[in-house]
Amino acid sequence: MTHLALKNVSKHFGDFTAVSDFNLDVKKGEFVSFLGPSGCGKTTTLRMIAGFEIPSSGSISIDGADITNKAPSQRNVGMVFQSYALFPNMTVAQNIGFGLRIRKEKEADVAERVKEMLSIIHLENKADSYPYQLSGGQMQRVALARALAIRPEVLLLDEPLSALDAKIRISLRAEIRSIQQKLGITAIYVTHDQEEALSLSDRIVVMRDGEMDQVGTPFQIYNFPTTVFVANFVGTLNNASAEVVDPAKGVISIDGVHFESAVDLKDRKKGDKVRVAIRPERFNFVSQEKKANIVDCKIENITFLGSIVRIQIMIGNSKFYMDTFNNPFLELPKIGDKDQVTCSREAVLVLDE
Amino acid sequence: MNIFSRIRRIPFWSWIWFILGALYFILPLYATVNFSLRMERGVIGFKAYAKAFEDPEFIRTFLYSNALALTTIIVSIILIVPTAYWIRLRLPEARRIVEFITLLPFVVPAIILVFGLIRIYSSPINIPFTDTTLLQPLTTFEVGTDILIVAGYVVLGLPYMYRSVDTGMRTVDVRTLTEAAQSLGASWFTIIVRVILPNIRAALLSGALLTFAIVVGEVTLASFLGVPAFGPYLFLLGQHRAYEPAALSFASFLLTWVVMGLIQLFTGGQEQIAGAH
Repeated sequence: MTHLALKNVSKHFGDFTAVSDFNLDVKKGEFVSFLGPSGCGKTTTLRMIAGFEIPSSGSISIDGADITNKAPSQRNVGMVFQSYALFPNMTVAQNIGFGLRIRKEKEADVAERVKEMLSIIHLENKADSYPYQLSGGQMQRVALARALAIRPEVLLLDEPLSALDAKIRISLRAEIRSIQQKLGITAIYVTHDQEEALSLSDRIVVMRDGEMDQVGTPFQIYNFPTTVFVANFVGTLNNASAEVVDPAKGVISIDGVHFESAVDLKDRKKGDKVRVAIRPERFNFVSQEKKANIVDCKIENITFLGSIVRIQIMIGNSKFYMDTFNNPFLELPKIGDKDQVTCSREAVLVLDE
Repeated sequence: MNIFSRIRRIPFWSWIWFILGALYFILPLYATVNFSLRMERGVIGFKAYAKAFEDPEFIRTFLYSNALALTTIIVSIILIVPTAYWIRLRLPEARRIVEFITLLPFVVPAIILVFGLIRIYSSPINIPFTDTTLLQPLTTFEVGTDILIVAGYVVLGLPYMYRSVDTGMRTVDVRTLTEAAQSLGASWFTIIVRVILPNIRAALLSGALLTFAIVVGEVTLASFLGVPAFGPYLFLLGQHRAYEPAALSFASFLLTWVVMGLIQLFTGGQEQIAGAH
C-alpha cells in the first residue's frame, strides 16, 4: 500500500522550473533514492516533502492524508542534513531528546527513548558530549538518531554522507541501511553518488533537469537504463553512434562493425540512427570466452584499477572501455596489439540517438 | 608550542606597535587614577572614592541608569534578535536597508534625536480627524519619560546590538538549525528561544555590554528629558568638584571591565562550540 505519494508535483522559482510533474508512490518501509547531478531538482523535491518548500502545483500525501500545505513542524517527518545540523548548545542526549521534549513526552519516556537510540547508533558513552567533541561520522549518527527518535512517518536524508571521508561513508551507509530495515521506516535519500544509491536503495529515481528520467530497482537502473542520460550517469558506460542494419534480427552497425542486440528493434527501420551502450565489464577477450558478437579491436591503453583492469579498445573508429578482473596469472594484451572481443546480445543496449 | 616560544616568534615591530597602542590607552587611565588618589594634599588615599560613594545622589542616579540600561538591553534583544533572524532566514535582500537604518545613529546626533522625541511626544496624539486622544504627552509623566528615553537609547545602541547579533548569527548555520528544529516539531518561538538565542549568547552579551556602557554614561538625552540619570550627575559633579568625577570615572571603567571579564568567563565554552560548528 502507498505510504508516501507525490502527485504531479512541480516547483517553479520565478521562470525557473526546479521540479516538473513529479509522480512517485513509495511503499511503507521502502528505501528510495533520488539520484542525479547538481541542480536536477532532487533536493528541492525532498524539501517539498519536508515542508521547507511549498509545491507550485500538485500534492503530497502520507497514508492518504494531504500534507502539501502543512507546516514542517506538523508533518512528523524526520530529516538528516548534509551539515549534521546538531544544536551546538546541547549535548548528544539533549539533541536526541529535543523532538520528544517538544512533543511534551514524559521525562522518563524521553530518557528511555534517548537510551534506546544511543544504543542503536552505538554511542552510549557519548550521551553527555557536545557536538564539537564528536567526529563527523559520530555527529551524523547522532543526527540520524535525533531524526528517528520522534518516530517519524518518513525519514528524509539530504546527502548525509557527502561531508565524510570515504571509509566512514561506506561503513555509515551500511549502518543507515541496517537501521532503516530494522525499524521498518520509509526513507527518501538524496545523493549524487551512484554507488551510494545502488548499494542502499530498494528503488532509485534518476532525475535530470527537474524531471524523472527513470525509476527502478538498482538492478534495473544499472543493467537496463532506458535513456542515454541514465546509462551515462549510472556506472561507466561505452556508448557510440550506430545504425540499424537488420531490425528483425536486432543487428546494428558501429562504423561498419556489426553487433547483435537482444533489444527488440522491430519498430525501427533499416538505416535508423541509434545509440549503442555496452558496459565495460560485459566485454571479454575471445581467447578467454567464446560468445556472440565477435569483433576485431585494437588495444589503445591499459589502466590498472586494483581489483579491475580497464582496457581501452578501438572498434572501428569508436573508442570503448572493457573491464576485466585483475588476474595475476592471466597475461594481459599489450598496447597496440590487435585482438578480438566478444559480448552477449543482452549486453548490447540500443537507445534513442 | 609553549607560550614563551610563541611570544618569541612575534616580530620586533609588532611589539613596538603593541606597546605604543597600550601606552595610548593606559597613560590617560593612569593619570585619572593617580589624580583621583590625591584628594588630600601629600597623601595617597581613597578619600575621593569614599566621598563619591557616600553621596545618596550617586546611588540614586547610578541605580536609575542601570535600570534604564537593563530595560534598553531587553527591549533591544526583543526587537533586534527576531529582526536579524528573519532577515538572515527569509529576507536577505533587506539586509542592506536594515544595516543602513542601524547606522543612522552615527549620522544623526543625539541632540537631534532628543529634540525630535520631545517635539512629537510633548503634545497629545489624537486619532486623525477626531478629538479623541490616543496618547497623552509622554513628557508630562515619569513613566512616559522613561519610555521615551528607553526608546531613544534603543536607537543609540542599535548599531552595536544589531551588528553583534548579526555577527553571532553568521557563526552558526541559522537556516539549517532552524529547519532541523522545525522538522522535529518546534514552533518559531521555541526555535528562537531554545536554539538560536543560546547559540548567539556570546554575541548577545557583547552587544548588551556595549549598550550598557553607552546608556550608563549618556548625557544628552538624559539632560534634555530631565531624568535623574548617572551621565548628567557625573557631568554636574565635574563642573563643581575635581577629584570625585575622576574617582567615579575610574570606578565605571573598572565595573565595565569586571563585566567583560565575567562575560569572557561564562561564554568561553560557548565560543568553542560555535567555533567548532
